[in-house]
Amino acid sequence: MKDASGPHIVVCIKQVPDSAQIRVHPVTNTIMRQGVPSIINPYDLFALEEALSVRDRIGGEVTVLCMGPPMAQDALRKALSYGADRAVLLTDRKFAGSDTLATSHALAFAIGTIADKWGAPTLVFTGKQTIDGDTAQVGPGIAKRLNFQPLTYVSRIRNIDLGTGRIEVERRSEGGVQVLSTTLPALVTVMDGVNEIRRGSLPDLLRASRTEIHVWSAADAGLEDLSKCGLAGSPTVVKKVFAPTARAEKAHQITVEGRSHRDVAEDLLREIFAKIPDLELLTTTSGPRA
Amino acid sequence: MSQTSPQRSPAARKDLPEHLKAYRHVWVFVEYEHGKVHPVSLELLGEGRKLADKLQVDLAGVVLGGSCAQLGAVADLCFESGADVAYLVSDPVLEGYRNDPYTKVMTDLVDTHKPEILLLGATTLGRDLAGSVATTLRTGLTADCTELAIDDERSLAATRPTFGGSLLCTIHTLNYRPQMASVRPRVFPAPARVPGRRGRIVEHGVGVAENEVATKILEFLPDRTSEESRLPFADIVVAGGMGLRNQDNFRLIAELADLLGGEYGGTRPVVQKGWLAPDRQIGQTGKTIRPRLYIAAGISGAIQHRVGVEGADLIVAINSDPDAPIFEFAHLGVVADAASFLRTLTTVLRERIAHLAPIREAA
Repeated sequence: MKDASGPHIVVCIKQVPDSAQIRVHPVTNTIMRQGVPSIINPYDLFALEEALSVRDRIGGEVTVLCMGPPMAQDALRKALSYGADRAVLLTDRKFAGSDTLATSHALAFAIGTIADKWGAPTLVFTGKQTIDGDTAQVGPGIAKRLNFQPLTYVSRIRNIDLGTGRIEVERRSEGGVQVLSTTLPALVTVMDGVNEIRRGSLPDLLRASRTEIHVWSAADAGLEDLSKCGLAGSPTVVKKVFAPTARAEKAHQITVEGRSHRDVAEDLLREIFAKIPDLELLTTTSGPRA
Repeated sequence: MSQTSPQRSPAARKDLPEHLKAYRHVWVFVEYEHGKVHPVSLELLGEGRKLADKLQVDLAGVVLGGSCAQLGAVADLCFESGADVAYLVSDPVLEGYRNDPYTKVMTDLVDTHKPEILLLGATTLGRDLAGSVATTLRTGLTADCTELAIDDERSLAATRPTFGGSLLCTIHTLNYRPQMASVRPRVFPAPARVPGRRGRIVEHGVGVAENEVATKILEFLPDRTSEESRLPFADIVVAGGMGLRNQDNFRLIAELADLLGGEYGGTRPVVQKGWLAPDRQIGQTGKTIRPRLYIAAGISGAIQHRVGVEGADLIVAINSDPDAPIFEFAHLGVVADAASFLRTLTTVLRERIAHLAPIREAA
């Protein structure tokens, strides 16, 4: 599995609440987090699989890095079971309240420490974004701090040439695909849907349960300037969290009780066409598209 | 970790350092590629105009591109869309977007002219650029905003969904400049053009040579289908959620959309299930739409979906749960099983069209 002649790849993952299962308390408008399961950010699984498949092709080793609370060890354990070689958890109360700038600062530092301990990474992979923050800004931020070439929204890695130190990728951009060639080391954010995470093999599953997860505090990761971490290191400030207000008028409900769907549908169409008169003209003159 | 809870820290008080007080004016990064200005840039100029008026400062469009001849026309478009100033940077090194030269030029422009607000479209280009620029400038960036305002301390109040779209939060960058925010396409309406409106052009040197840029564009493969770009601009959109229960029922969505001459889509869970292609996802993480008519079938109406559709003129919701949040922002509601009601609705509409078409042809 491990092959020291190949590249060292770091994959950044995040543990997120399964957002499909988050509920807001109807009265207090607070998040009800109890019982909501945590998962690896689904977008990060595409990054992990891409890293593992690069290792399959050209060797090397894969280190998975996660910043989060102690329970994020579960996400790392899961990543090991898919076949990652090593796992690092960056966890410290000092990171609480980090925005994207402070997060990329901390992760870049940890990657520097990983480089010191286990060799400089040639590639860093991340998902295109997380499902809880949705910002897609941490990847480019890490690249900037490490001075790695940023390659975002990569849908395919065409070639990695360790001899010439170049990588060639297809990148999703507005209205098409850019084929880019750049120098290594590079940071790649991987598009969703480009691969499917493998099923961990039995040996990997067994290994995952035994492998030590490296748990680092801010100090362990070499972060000495705490003014750049957590709340203090975050230029953005959350002033207010709120539930959206309902429209002054709720939806006009078309009476359903005791009526056939057909009658209700006719009522609905009448209401729609009354509000958008030219729509009826449009649909009845042009009809369905070919 | 994400921007989640209200903060009680020194950063939460406005204490702008002296050297940042000179930062003035509102900028919009105008995305110009393959001879086209991205519509989101015009939408941002429209919104930026309001912010600039509130602050009583200038609105500027910033345009980077490969050839000087084309940028003049883009500058005019900026002026007609509300800009007072256009910063133009043209050089072959800027032909086709690459992170490195664009980041260098943008940070250099900001350092030279010192805007207080910098807005970018949350497109693949804008998100790539925004993260690099904010990191280089060490300033705050609020991604994917759904609302922008100026508070009574002249600060940008940027509102975005949080917690996977279950709540909204308002974020400020009090003590750093510029205040950066990105906004997804179609969140704001395009401003009305004012033909003949003109402004001041400022040309700026590029300061990056091709041999300093590691990344090379080998090829650009344009998308063959324009499906992806059609959804955000469709006049009529029909979409389905988990309430449709299975993939088969999504044929009903496509069928009704087709009959109405519109587009179809679905919610995030539906796309995650693999029932619809990812480019059909509507909501905070998918497409934002502003159709004249939006029909939501079997969609509960989580905030992450709501922020993607609120710009619709008329929202029709069909859901079996009378307490579904979608009824709080829809205009017309039908409490019924979405799949079976859609089937009837499509039949009735088809009959109506068949009945009316000959009459209209005769007339």
